[in-house]
Amino acid sequence: MLSKKEKKLIREIWERLTPVAENIGADALLRMFVSYPGTKTYFSHLDIGPGSAHLSSHGKKIVLAIAEGAKDISQLTVTLAPLQTLHAYQLRIDPTNFKLLAHCMLVSLACYLGEGFTPEAHAAMDKFLSAFGAVLAEKYR
Amino acid sequence: MVKWSDFERATIQDIFTKIDKDVVGPAALSRCLIVYPWTQRYFGSFGNLYNAAAISSNPKVAAHGKVVIGGLEKALQNMDNIKPTYADLSVLHSEKLQVDPDNFKLLADCLTIVVASHLGKSFTPDVHAAFQKFLDVVVAALRKQYH
Repeated sequence: MLSKKEKKLIREIWERLTPVAENIGADALLRMFVSYPGTKTYFSHLDIGPGSAHLSSHGKKIVLAIAEGAKDISQLTVTLAPLQTLHAYQLRIDPTNFKLLAHCMLVSLACYLGEGFTPEAHAAMDKFLSAFGAVLAEKYR
Repeated sequence: MVKWSDFERATIQDIFTKIDKDVVGPAALSRCLIVYPWTQRYFGSFGNLYNAAAISSNPKVAAHGKVVIGGLEKALQNMDNIKPTYADLSVLHSEKLQVDPDNFKLLADCLTIVVASHLGKSFTPDVHAAFQKFLDVVVAALRKQYH
């Protein structure tokens, strides 16, 4: 459950990160590929080496989708409907991987925000990313 | 037996020299209790854990955070036989403290995030992966004596 205060905090953090979406997204993805090599199996069609254009553009896509969801968390199912369909019927990424990316996203945020990534922000963000992953997997079965 | 590359060994040792253990240990435990409040079930005797501010300033949490990081240093000093080094600790957590071993991962994740926030850019994906591997081995060793 997210309180009003937490939703506001989440919205503000992602608003602030939208201009650096590429960097944060690419960083999180790269961390995931290095720490959890099994996740690379979904990207054999792209060049996901450090600094690659694909990594940046894909990272940007993901962060912008998360930022969009953060704008109105109560509408997450509506906002994510097209992405739900994409992940369920085309991409079919095992949902356990959403948790791995979420963790790496939190690490990226911690590196980027330093002390600014307070325990309260961490708790709110972890809850939001869990909810995001759960909604994304809703159409799987 | 776990194989450590030269990079991994050096990196993990380096992380522990760079972090302030008296700050990181308490911060990681506090975060765990704040982000995953159900973990508070093991700390009934710690007094006020009512909200994030209370947890962050609780002296018993801080003291225990230092104990935890002390345990990790033991693993650091015995990187080639963490499992036997941790045998007694594992028995303690399983038989006396009765901690659900799934919680070890939660604390490990919080520790990673605290270290990341302290090291910033220098906590690169490769450094992060080495640290992750170290914590995975520690968690597996802690889980070993659960029957």
